[in-house]
Amino acid sequence: MKESIYSTKQLSALVAVRFLIGWHLLYEGVYKLYSPAWSSQGFLSESQWIMSGFAKWIISNQEILSVVDFLNTWGLIAIGLGLIFGLLTRIATFSGIVLLLMYYFSTPPLIGLEYSIPAEGNYLIINKTLIEAAALVVILVFPTGAIIGLDRFIFKKK
Amino acid sequence: MEHQNKKNQNNESKGGEHKLNRRSVLKGLAGLPVAGIFSYELFKKVSYENQNKSSFLKELDLENISAPAALEPAKNGDLIRVGMIGFGERAVALAKALGFLHPENTARRIKMGYLDDWLAQADLNVAITGICEVFDQRAQEGLEIAASEFRPGGGQPSGLPVKRYASYKEMLADKDIDAVVIATPDHHHARISIEAAKAGKHVYCEKSPAIREDELFELYETVKSSGIVYQLGHQISKNAVFQQARDIIQKNILGKITLIETTTNRNTASGAWIRHLDKDGNPKPGDTGSIDWDQWLGDRPKVPFSIDRFYNWTKWFDYDLGMLGQLFTHEFDAINQLLHVGIPKTAMTSGGLYYWKDNREIPDLLHSVFEYPEKDLTLIYSACLASSRNRGRVIMGNDASMELGGSLQVTVDHDSNRFSEQLKKGVISPSEPMLSINPNSGRVDAVTSATAKYYEQRGLSTTRIGDIKMDVTHLHMKEWIDCIRGGGTPAGNIERAFEEGVTILMAQKSYLEERKVEWDAVNRKII
Repeated sequence: MKESIYSTKQLSALVAVRFLIGWHLLYEGVYKLYSPAWSSQGFLSESQWIMSGFAKWIISNQEILSVVDFLNTWGLIAIGLGLIFGLLTRIATFSGIVLLLMYYFSTPPLIGLEYSIPAEGNYLIINKTLIEAAALVVILVFPTGAIIGLDRFIFKKK
Repeated sequence: MEHQNKKNQNNESKGGEHKLNRRSVLKGLAGLPVAGIFSYELFKKVSYENQNKSSFLKELDLENISAPAALEPAKNGDLIRVGMIGFGERAVALAKALGFLHPENTARRIKMGYLDDWLAQADLNVAITGICEVFDQRAQEGLEIAASEFRPGGGQPSGLPVKRYASYKEMLADKDIDAVVIATPDHHHARISIEAAKAGKHVYCEKSPAIREDELFELYETVKSSGIVYQLGHQISKNAVFQQARDIIQKNILGKITLIETTTNRNTASGAWIRHLDKDGNPKPGDTGSIDWDQWLGDRPKVPFSIDRFYNWTKWFDYDLGMLGQLFTHEFDAINQLLHVGIPKTAMTSGGLYYWKDNREIPDLLHSVFEYPEKDLTLIYSACLASSRNRGRVIMGNDASMELGGSLQVTVDHDSNRFSEQLKKGVISPSEPMLSINPNSGRVDAVTSATAKYYEQRGLSTTRIGDIKMDVTHLHMKEWIDCIRGGGTPAGNIERAFEEGVTILMAQKSYLEERKVEWDAVNRKII
């Protein structure tokens, strides 16, 4: 069996990024879980550009909104845990990319779009959400879950 | 490196390919210490925040401010038979708050879950048995709504017939009516309320209570001596946020309050009471064949029927007091319910007609200043119909100010003495609310947690009250019904209505006479 296609340095760097993003997404999920007042309504109501119609539809119906809130909270927690533990890493990473891109496209920092919530930095087209999604793409194409992670036991190499 | 990897591989293959040796287990569980640190840090953060919150709340004595979590059932008692006088748009909302919805599509809407909030209303055990409305089309709608068999709160239809009365006098003379809901144009409010009180009918009346001094005084005396339950239609105080605001003010968080600013800003034709056209620009229905115009005019000057006057009556002083009667009344009630300011010593209004230059009399820009020298307080009302900039409602004290709308924010004053310690330490900041309550929380969040942090730092926030969103008008009408059955005085009682009536009439007199007017508390008159 070939244990790793990466050098130790490469492996360490990749796993470190996986842990960091996992930590961040897990905390975003846990935070929402612990804030009974939290709802994605505020974020969605800010939505502009291509996702705004979709966002409006979600807000317009309380039941859909609560489903979205639930999926968002538990999705973030599941993805975070998946990245940290290296459990079903491929699915977690892919879901993370999809979720982050949805956040990005809901409120992209494009020229001419203005939001009532101040951003915590200054952005032109590229923001941290997009960079985090890109980092997950790296994690996806350089998988580490089966080397450092529980996937090691699940996807045993023949 | 490669060399080392190869060594590892050799080690592992020696132990058998599928056998989990120690090194392999460690690699598989590498996430565990990360999760462990995460949990530890999370625990630290949660306990730190809890401690911070509770000590700050304790300091402010605000640990227990919370609104009722559940709706109390209505008081037991006999069925109350209600007559509705005036059945326009507002009456439809009032009927809904009483538990009556138009039967069309109701079953479907209940099935779809659209009416869950309505169904959660208490069963008030009332029947709408009478409709009095000068316009045939609206009367018909009223009859259909009153006859509806759907009831919230598990109520059952009474089975009683619904009667249309040709005039309010006829309805008031009917012994089969116990109480009336008055939702006519304002110029009828006082007269009908007075006659209803004399006839022993309980009264729920929309604002304004009266638009002429003589009528207001007569209303007050009649209701006081009648023993009926009078409730003025200001549901605002039933908003849970208002009850919390009252707690905060009673705990003296704001310090000495010397200035209150209330405002109205609107910028639409409908907001400026131009409502006689439908969305295609055609006149809405109604003519002298279907509208009893003489009865609509009542004791006001005879003028020919016009669709403009019928739908846009707010524009003329014969029928109401413009923004003072339609909008400031809500502001005054909100402040009076919170602070019991009562009747001001003086009132001064200025304003004019600057934007909606149609055939109206009422100003579209208006500023009223009310002085309460005994309370060391000034109340300002500033209104504009040509800008929708939100200026809110702000109560200013020397230690903090409170902005109060659908939500509530308390912001510390930069130069507060009471909070100087916390300001110095940076525990609170004058640039963001130290306390905010948003019952329909739309807290903003995104994956970059800075925005979450931004709002988190705005202080404590409580969630919506109970699990259900409740129509405050229902709560207001429920209070009225409960008082009819079980005694007691509702929030919008005749004392509050009188204080409000005098205050708006002072402001109106000042506007018309272009001078400062005074309340003579001894002789109880406006001078």
